[in-house]
Amino acid sequence: MSATVDARGLSCPQPVLMTLDTLKTVDHGEIVILVDTDTSKENVIRAASSKGWQVRSVQPEGIEYRITVAKV
Amino acid sequence: MGGRPITAMNIVCFPIGKLDKSILKEILRGGLEKIYEAGAALAGGHSVDDLELKYGLSVTGLVHPDRVWANAGAKPGDVLILTKPLGTGILATAIKAGLASAAAEAAAIELMATLNKQAAEVLLLYPVHGCTDITGFGLLGHALEMAQASRVTLTIETAEVPIMAEVLDHAGMGLVPAGSYANRNFCASSVRETGTIDPLLLDVMADAQTSGGLLVSLPPEVAARALENLHAAGIEQSAIIGRVSERSRGIVELR
Repeated sequence: MSATVDARGLSCPQPVLMTLDTLKTVDHGEIVILVDTDTSKENVIRAASSKGWQVRSVQPEGIEYRITVAKV
Repeated sequence: MGGRPITAMNIVCFPIGKLDKSILKEILRGGLEKIYEAGAALAGGHSVDDLELKYGLSVTGLVHPDRVWANAGAKPGDVLILTKPLGTGILATAIKAGLASAAAEAAAIELMATLNKQAAEVLLLYPVHGCTDITGFGLLGHALEMAQASRVTLTIETAEVPIMAEVLDHAGMGLVPAGSYANRNFCASSVRETGTIDPLLLDVMADAQTSGGLLVSLPPEVAARALENLHAAGIEQSAIIGRVSERSRGIVELR
């Protein structure tokens, strides 16, 4: 299963909450989270890691980041 | 630092079209309560219709010119005392997210509403060399300012720094405010880590505080007694968190 969380334009703690909500509904697979601040990037990575998800990649795209996390 | 407040003026920016006036009334009432507690008088104020709510006070006080506690007086050999635990920035983010427990929320509010008046009154009995209050730049930022102003190295024992309950858990969940990351990054070039510091602990050291405690540098021979008296005065979470180790260009060493 896969899902995308678009948290661009939102400030903390909103991106973290959206990520946590999505992680709750998906028990494994791949999730892509889009954010546009360094703070959101760090916090979303922590939120996913704290729930046992692995960070596959963090790709900068202009001023945005595309974070891919996965759980098998 | 080291002075006595005399008058205070309200400064308030309020979205009058968006929020109920009763909120404004409560804020001003709470502020007034604290002004009285501080022994000062409210002398008017300024209000602005603004998009985002802001409230503060402009305070004028008196201090003997020879007894100003600046952040520039820390001397090698001094002991560092911090009078409040850290974590209000991270907890405020957790509260906004609805993830803080009721107990943690109550503790954070109580801590933020606690004046530094009593701590200062206890510390006035001792030969304080340097003092600063911990606010938006976090312990790390304000300690660095003290180190640079005093041209010394402050050595902080991270395990001794008091931290509020749940703060490390919330930091691990990604509930760290932007200001705290900014503090951490801003201080990075003047902070030395001895051993491995847990990154979450580093974030708490850099966490932007609202109404934080006093960081005081005082001679080692009086530090234990000062701490005892702080505890006896009810400032129970105050702790010795490190020392001033040597002359330098201004460095904070975390251990």
